[in-house]
Amino acid sequence: MSSLSPNRRPIIELRDVEKHYQMGSILVKALRGISLTVFEGDYISILGPSGCGKSTLLNILGCLDQPTIGDYLLEGKDVSELADDDLSKVRGKRLGFIFQSYNLIQQLSVVENIEVPLYYQGMPEAESHARAAHLADQVGLGDRLDHRPTELSGGQQQRVAIARALANDPAVILADEATGNLDSKSGGDILKIFDDLNTEGKTLIMITHDEEMAERTPRVIRLKDGEVGFDTMGEDGKAPPARKTEAAK
Amino acid sequence: MGIVFGVASVIAMLAIGEGASYEAQQQIKNLGSQNIILTSEKPTNTKTAGEQERSLVLEYGITYRDLDQIRATIPGVEIAVPGRRIKDFLWHQSLSVDATLLGTVPWYPEMRNRRLLKGRFFTQIEMKGRDPVCVINEELARKLFPLSSPVGKEIRLQRNYFRVVGIIETKASGADSDQLGGKGDATVKKPSGDESELPMEAMIPLSTLIDRFGEVLFKYRSGSFEAEKVDFHEVTIKIGDADQVVPAAEAIRHILKRNHEDVDYKMTVPLELLRRAERTKQIFNIVLGSIAAISLLVGGIGIMNIMLATVTERTREIGIRRAMGAKQRDIVMQFLIETILLSGAGGLIGVVVGMAVPLIIERFANMMTITQIWAPTLAFSISVLTGVIFGIYPAIRAAGMNPVDALRHE
Repeated sequence: MSSLSPNRRPIIELRDVEKHYQMGSILVKALRGISLTVFEGDYISILGPSGCGKSTLLNILGCLDQPTIGDYLLEGKDVSELADDDLSKVRGKRLGFIFQSYNLIQQLSVVENIEVPLYYQGMPEAESHARAAHLADQVGLGDRLDHRPTELSGGQQQRVAIARALANDPAVILADEATGNLDSKSGGDILKIFDDLNTEGKTLIMITHDEEMAERTPRVIRLKDGEVGFDTMGEDGKAPPARKTEAAK
Repeated sequence: MGIVFGVASVIAMLAIGEGASYEAQQQIKNLGSQNIILTSEKPTNTKTAGEQERSLVLEYGITYRDLDQIRATIPGVEIAVPGRRIKDFLWHQSLSVDATLLGTVPWYPEMRNRRLLKGRFFTQIEMKGRDPVCVINEELARKLFPLSSPVGKEIRLQRNYFRVVGIIETKASGADSDQLGGKGDATVKKPSGDESELPMEAMIPLSTLIDRFGEVLFKYRSGSFEAEKVDFHEVTIKIGDADQVVPAAEAIRHILKRNHEDVDYKMTVPLELLRRAERTKQIFNIVLGSIAAISLLVGGIGIMNIMLATVTERTREIGIRRAMGAKQRDIVMQFLIETILLSGAGGLIGVVVGMAVPLIIERFANMMTITQIWAPTLAFSISVLTGVIFGIYPAIRAAGMNPVDALRHE
């Protein structure tokens, strides 16, 4: 189990982040002032009904989008006003994404898919290939390196996506309804991998609407109408309650 | 598709254009670029018909008077080669060939850039002595002497015998074949194309010709009788200064117009022919060039549409790549390269087609074509360039997409 000491290094700091959308003539405030600190080794579920701003928050956390108001510090660096190219660099180096629909590139093989983030880092092909093969092996797909995504089951595809998210050794892994498209068994396998990754010290943020899944994570954040409704961490930075591990099943 | 045609027509255009201009130049070289060639022609209009009937002798063509005037009035006239021609059967033993007997001067080959293949041309002395010697062209030699060497043998025309002293190369195009004006420049057939078109010629000293056949030529052919008086069938005038050729031609034209009531002569100015050939080539290039440009434009727009569709289809992929750290530049490059590959492939097919077209033309239209290495290279580069130009917009559109929306696409 990861250390729960409150003086762990903060990786993500959001300060009064707001995100506004212009929908025709109406201004929609998707996020209305979210402040949030994520520490190294955190394992967080973000819960909330649809339309509460979960996805918007994830997009901002993932540097795919930028806040309208407020600051976002990733590893102490303000990324809320970075130029597009710099944002790409941050995404490529420090963030790993896992999506509900896997989002693998269909025309690339398993190993090539895992290599995509490394390619944009400019890693030499031989090196990136070796690393991708190693990661595929780690998620249990070492024997399917040259398969296409369409030849794999949903669970396998998601495992490729996890390997891809790990490829650049990111500071945070962001998972958006990672098990949403999977049956309970493969979903469970994926969650197991997440647990293991967290045990190894990786920081994971999962977005979900599944209460049961949220019970696995030591820290749970509930969003309500674009605001943090509930955070097991609390405002005072106290340690979240101990994680309910396998017993939760 | 458009790219294919565009590239193909660029190559074909260049090949045909090069071929045509090479041919024209070759022809001009044969005629001599500083030469002006006058040929006599039987007048076609019947204005003087009454006169002809009375005198029974058809009088036409370029006269001594013309030549004297030209020599007197035009500066820089270097040499004039007068020539007279008789068309009749030439015999060697029992072989006979319908050929042309050409009376000319010893410096004829030099002026008309014709090479001697065997023996020699007749000399000044033979000219003065009105010797019965002749030089025959290769084609005639082949027909009259299929087995033996003709040099030293004799050929017969009517009742006159001539000793062959040399063989001169055959040239199809030239003022001595009557077709020059009509077929003229770029469309003249390939020298080796059609054997029956090659003229059979025997050349004898002009003095000998006048001596043997007189000023009035009588022809007995297929039962009919014909008499004509022509001073010169053919005159080649060499102008010393190349810049003076065109003005001199104008002056000669003027003199001839004054002296001749009917147009019973024809003037050929190789230099003007060259100009005309170049003009034809230019028009031809413009036409094919426009076809190429339109094809490339259409092809380019086609490629752009394909790429726009591809970009839409692959919006998701673009989103994924962006999320994985691809910069906008990376996406632009990716799609640009894909477009270039596409247009390059089209260009490659176009190169193949474009190289084939000149070969086909050469075979069926008997036209000479030259495909130079730089032509396909240029055409291929144009196709790639088209890819770049028409690929940039879709690529930029792909890169400009918001990653969040791109990921959520579909």
